[in-house]
Amino acid sequence: MQQIIDFKNSASILSYYSVVGKSEKEGPIGECFDEYCEDDMFGKSSWEQSESEMQRLALKGALEKAELSATDIELLIAGDLLNQCVGSTYGLLDFNIPYVGIYGACSTCALGLALGGALLSGGVCDKCASVTSSHFCSSERQFRFPLEYGGQRTPTSQWTVTGSGAFVLGREGDIKIKSAVFGKSIDMGVKDINNMGAAMAPAATDTILRFFQNSSHRVEDFDMIVTGDLGYEGSEILKDLLLSNDLDIRKNHVDCGLVIYDRFSQDKHAGGSGCGCSASVLAGNILKNMQSGAIKDILFIGTGALMNPMTLYQGQSIPSIAHLVHIGR
Amino acid sequence: MNKENYNIYISRRAKKSPFLKNCCFAFLFGGSICALGRIFLDIYLYIGMEQKDASSLVSMTIIFIAFLLTAFGVFDNIAKIAGGGTLVPITGFANSVVSAAIDSKSEGYVLGVGAKIFSIAGPVILYGITSGTIYGIIYYFWTLLR
Repeated sequence: MQQIIDFKNSASILSYYSVVGKSEKEGPIGECFDEYCEDDMFGKSSWEQSESEMQRLALKGALEKAELSATDIELLIAGDLLNQCVGSTYGLLDFNIPYVGIYGACSTCALGLALGGALLSGGVCDKCASVTSSHFCSSERQFRFPLEYGGQRTPTSQWTVTGSGAFVLGREGDIKIKSAVFGKSIDMGVKDINNMGAAMAPAATDTILRFFQNSSHRVEDFDMIVTGDLGYEGSEILKDLLLSNDLDIRKNHVDCGLVIYDRFSQDKHAGGSGCGCSASVLAGNILKNMQSGAIKDILFIGTGALMNPMTLYQGQSIPSIAHLVHIGR
Repeated sequence: MNKENYNIYISRRAKKSPFLKNCCFAFLFGGSICALGRIFLDIYLYIGMEQKDASSLVSMTIIFIAFLLTAFGVFDNIAKIAGGGTLVPITGFANSVVSAAIDSKSEGYVLGVGAKIFSIAGPVILYGITSGTIYGIIYYFWTLLR
């Protein structure tokens, strides 16, 4: 199997839209998000419904920006962190578009873009959309403790981002999805749910190494090498692991989990996480900079931890994955 | 790097929780809660209650305060600093029950609140009662032997 899938200039991002919660709006790049909600409820009565509503708003916004209607979209690729991906299913129900639910944990945004690119370049469809989200409150309930439970977090723990990003993909557009590398599940035996960065860094290392070993690109060719949500701990480990493989990305590495919050003043420990983290930062900030010409080429690597609370209680370690997409003008 | 070496590497580089600071805050907050309990006890005794009733009422008062603080979304902010100081006294138990109840309200009163209210406190109740019973049986036979 080929390591890098070349989309031969036939996959583009036509429009993008981001929706976030209050903490994200108050963060260092808060101004660039398209829409936000002051109380994180988005007018709904449960956190799961709030997450669905974010996805609905994100796709609605992206369609309006592209001046398209739901009937123009042939396929919807969406996912989130909730059991059975209910955030996406319920949120996107009303659009009435053929729907492919995907799960890549926090790598879902990159996975959706890679799959969308592959379907476009393979001629399966002419227009499709990719949507992902995560919500701090629904994730806490599913993966950790009740929201009001009084506990202390460790310095390596991360904070699930309340956010959603939607991307409308087509053939003709300024911003191209040039190629993709699908990740392998990698398990390095990490069992600490409060150190997801350490669990995910080896997967990101493997995917990035496979990209550079199999392409003529050098690290300097990219304005940014963006990882999804490794946070402080995972980012440092990734840079270390790559350095030991003679690849230095220290100058152009950016982690979405580190830019979305001021982790010290906002008390977010090792930074943000969740599939809404990379999706909202890509849609809200990075692609806008690319559109304006400030940046030209990036590698976007979504990183995900593929466990659930039950496997953790059973003593299993955390397998992780990282999908890469090369986005550029 | 193999799995074993990787885990040694990540645990070496991971920043540890501030142990001494956490202990100090736990001592201060935990001590303050106990002092508050003592104040309530003195008040209840002063108004003429029996020692046994006053002691029970102190526990109930502290549970009620923890319940109110949890319901108003303040408890977790205090616990973030206090750590073991709010977790170990009866306040931690109250918070674990109330927070689970608030959280599962969206799934209804039977399958939500009813089924999940003891999801965190459950092990404490189960093993607390079990060890109490075992201790009671041992104590009973010990007194017979004496």
